[in-house]
Amino acid sequence: MEEIRSKVIKILDKYIFEKKIWDNIPEDFSLIGDLKINSARIVDIVIDIEETFDIEIDNKTLQNLKTINDIVATITAKQRK
Amino acid sequence: MKRVVITGIGIVSPTGTGKESFLYSLKNGESGIKLVPQLETLNFNCRIGGIPKTNGSLYLPLLEKYNLVHAGSTVLFALLSGLEAWDDAGLTMPEYNSSETDPETGIIIGSGIGSMDIIGDTLIPLVKQGKHRRLKSTSVEQLLFSAPGACLSGVLAAGNICTANSNACATGTEAVLMGFEYIRQGKAKRMVVGSTEGYSPYYWAAFDALRVTASNFNDSPTKGSRPMSASACGMIPACGAGILILEELEFALLREANIYAEIAGGFLNCGGQRNGGTMTAPSSEGVIRCIAGALTDANINASEIDCISGHLSSTMADPLEIRNWTIALKRQGQDFPYINSLKSMTGHCLGATGAIETIAAVLELKNRFIHPSINCEDVHPEIAGLIDINKIPAVIIENADLRYIAKTSFGFGDVNACLILKKHS
Repeated sequence: MEEIRSKVIKILDKYIFEKKIWDNIPEDFSLIGDLKINSARIVDIVIDIEETFDIEIDNKTLQNLKTINDIVATITAKQRK
Repeated sequence: MKRVVITGIGIVSPTGTGKESFLYSLKNGESGIKLVPQLETLNFNCRIGGIPKTNGSLYLPLLEKYNLVHAGSTVLFALLSGLEAWDDAGLTMPEYNSSETDPETGIIIGSGIGSMDIIGDTLIPLVKQGKHRRLKSTSVEQLLFSAPGACLSGVLAAGNICTANSNACATGTEAVLMGFEYIRQGKAKRMVVGSTEGYSPYYWAAFDALRVTASNFNDSPTKGSRPMSASACGMIPACGAGILILEELEFALLREANIYAEIAGGFLNCGGQRNGGTMTAPSSEGVIRCIAGALTDANINASEIDCISGHLSSTMADPLEIRNWTIALKRQGQDFPYINSLKSMTGHCLGATGAIETIAAVLELKNRFIHPSINCEDVHPEIAGLIDINKIPAVIIENADLRYIAKTSFGFGDVNACLILKKHS
């Protein structure tokens, strides 16, 4: 789980210009609310996640990916299949 | 009507990215044409071209903030030259998070083709493979024909008109004239204008198939683009961008801006594809009418033109262009003004060419020189019969007493643009 989390954080970091935003965020941070990522970039993040973890994320699942825990849980579940 | 001056320039060209390196090549007659290995692989007739280098640009870190670093070349060239022009004009770069906009500044950035690299390299392959879901979130904004200006306005927080024009190889000169008109009419105080053309073998292929590119100089790239020469056998494709900052004279004086030159006037028209004019060939009547219209608009006589920055693309049409000039100005032989072609060094930057050549002319006026027109040691006999061949400088003419330069661009569709630039004093 920690390994997945750190890989996802590495992906998210590419979409953040103000790096100091990482210093003060909750454990289960949200992408748009806490990291201030432009909502249009979520599509790119999902593409990066799909390529990194060799999984496919359907549109319905995509809509529910709000926080880091959502993403990690989705990746873990997909990888088990 | 308001007077309009040029206060900033920015350039991405085969002969230099950035004003200083471009000026150096311009003065020294250095060609930017090189062998393009990809064109060799793809069986092109013409395997040489002019492709700018953009790595190491000072503006890449700024573009990262706006998620624009991976923009296609059409957009990227416009951004890099636009930001340079803004800096060059002594204007402050807005803060990323600032809520202020600038309602006095507008943008018109054109292109002849648009973002063909994105279409050819990413969009079509992914769609054909049924994988369009893999398209980046920026695909739509990169595909827009207005993308270069739209992306730049996001960085500059420009709040007046923001649009894109397209008029084949006259696009750049047309953009400058459109911005000029906008300020002249009092609709904006400042306009960011120019044009951009990205690199892609897909649209270069169409010119290659039309046999309008030179295929005899693949072994000697720097000799390939030879406007006005008897051995000119076609244009050399190239790409790049040129952006200029235009300002209302009083507005520029008030902020003590550096003024490169004034735009005295200009004219846009079409030959109507009659009387020798076709989709691909110019009607002399249309060209002559365009030049005459520009002189009238600038309120000057033909005798006052000191130098012509020709369209002159190293094709069979060069002698006709000179003939048209001699008729339009009623000047020939030794009375003919100096004439040069930047394309001899850069190749033909297509939609971007008018803006890049306007920048070259502006630098000539500001720095009092006439740039060489290279590869014309064998002047075309028809041209030699019309004008004194010494009017085509093989090397730089320094300390040139220039007051007016006429810049023309002609394009497919029988379209013409003529801009009259005046030394600022």
